Amino acid sequence: MQKGLGDLDELYQEVLLDHYRNPRNTGRLDDPASEVDAVNPFCGDEIHMQLGMDGDTLSRISVTGQGCSISQAAGSLLSELVEGKTSEEARELRELFRGMMMGEELSDDVADRLDDNLALQGVRRFPVRIKCALLSWSALIDALDKAATAE
Amino acid sequence: MTPGAPLDVQRIRADFPILTRQVNGHTLTYLDNAATSQKPRQVIESLVDYYERYNSNVHRGVHTLSIEATEAYEEARGKVQRFINAPSPESVIWTRNTSESLNLVAYSWGEANVGAGDEIVTTAMEHHSDIVPWQQLAMREGATLKIIPETETGRLDMEQAASLITERTKIVAATHMSNVLGTVNDIKALADAAHKVGAVMLVDGAQSVPHMPVDVQALDCDFMAFSAHKMLGPTGIGVLYGRPEILEVMPPWMFGGDMILEVSYEDASWNDLPYRFEAGTPNIADAIATGVAVDYLSALGMDNVWAHEQQVTAYALGKFAGLDGFNLLGPREVEDKGAVISFSHDSVHSHDLGTALDQLGIAIRTGHHCAMPLIRSHGIVSAARASFYIYNTEAEVDILVDGLIEAESYFSKAGIL
Ligand SMILES: Cc1ncc(COP(=O)(O)O)c(C=O)c1O
Repeated sequence: MQKGLGDLDELYQEVLLDHYRNPRNTGRLDDPASEVDAVNPFCGDEIHMQLGMDGDTLSRISVTGQGCSISQAAGSLLSELVEGKTSEEARELRELFRGMMMGEELSDDVADRLDDNLALQGVRRFPVRIKCALLSWSALIDALDKAATAE
Repeated sequence: MTPGAPLDVQRIRADFPILTRQVNGHTLTYLDNAATSQKPRQVIESLVDYYERYNSNVHRGVHTLSIEATEAYEEARGKVQRFINAPSPESVIWTRNTSESLNLVAYSWGEANVGAGDEIVTTAMEHHSDIVPWQQLAMREGATLKIIPETETGRLDMEQAASLITERTKIVAATHMSNVLGTVNDIKALADAAHKVGAVMLVDGAQSVPHMPVDVQALDCDFMAFSAHKMLGPTGIGVLYGRPEILEVMPPWMFGGDMILEVSYEDASWNDLPYRFEAGTPNIADAIATGVAVDYLSALGMDNVWAHEQQVTAYALGKFAGLDGFNLLGPREVEDKGAVISFSHDSVHSHDLGTALDQLGIAIRTGHHCAMPLIRSHGIVSAARASFYIYNTEAEVDILVDGLIEAESYFSKAGIL
């Protein structure tokens, strides 16, 4: 028997598909504290991100874009995870997420903190797609930096 | 075998060791030839032979190895010259790839000949390598870049071309064959229009030289750029053909060993063609292997190569015509079209398609294909592309189409259709 597409299930987990079909936090913010466009130069995936800050807390986030299922679902998953966190916490989450994508062992505590974003773990087995999952996280860092200097 | 296409594809396949490779449990179906071709045993062996038997620097020793290496290096140049019917070996310059060849012209010829108020004409279907060097030249010199648009059927709008090429035009830069649409452009007509206003005609031959008979004198072009790696040769080596009278008066753009005639502490004078444009120790091994690649293609006959690819492309176009949900870019008929089929899907992104096909051992290209402006002008951000070569078969087109149907049904079950 030749192998079919079964291994793809690990990549396209239900949580991810759900976020791709129905992306969260896509409403544009009226008065964002910062706003960035991120493009993956290798494939053209685009993420547009807006942050609303309440002091140091990331009170609102908007993520829209164009691209593959991984890049767009990752943006939506990110938005759910970081909303309501401080910028410090959001940066920590980015490090944890990146660690997961780079194949680091995940403690129970880290797995708890990454929550639904764990669904992106399957991307690790498809190395060329890791950059798709990381695109919106680098957009987030740029947006946080921008918000910090804008203050 | 159809008449007019006498390629013995099974025998050809036996020359390509990589084609038996297993990928994700399937025999490789390699359909990314527009990005780079695979290499026959003969080319691979020539590299080993060079390094094992006569590796040496060229043009500077009197010892046996250096003489042999120099002869082989220059013989390869002669093979390329005959392959494209260039008027002399000196008009064939070795570079790293198409991109470097184009940059060479933009810097050397461009800075000497393009000034404020001048115009550079290029087309809507260029690879980034044939847009960005001209954009940068235009910015440096205060010149204007004009773009010949694409028609609805994926061809160049030659009427617009006629009005865009004017007395102010210094150079017309066009691809012979689009790496996205597959369109083959009428270079002779563009060259005539360019010459009529005293401009030069540059051709990006990256996709044409590997796939069809190309005669630079019949096309009447002034420059032609191409890469060995897309025509069975190794990476890291390419060619710039230049009309001898033009090359003769072009200033060098890189300086160093080999390209000089005489050097004092105060000044230097330049070597003859083609060495004036080949500073430093050249890519000897890969140049020689390029000669072997040219031999391989010449033995098949470029008319036969083209006929075979037309047949496979026509078959693929027929198959795609019956596929719902997939949208083709570029001409829908093989007339004026090479072996490139680009498509997007109504709802599945090309990367998701590409990953699914890879699970089935099928290699296609996905993304913007280094032609962002063109892809965007089609209202998409990414496309999938299958591109064929001498070793591809109609059976592989079937594998591709079956794979696409399987992928589509997978994503349909996943609820993203
Ligand atoms: C039409 C065209 N021009 C230029 C290039 C650039 O070739 P290289 O990357 O070898 O410089 C390519 C290759 O992708 C191409 O298809």
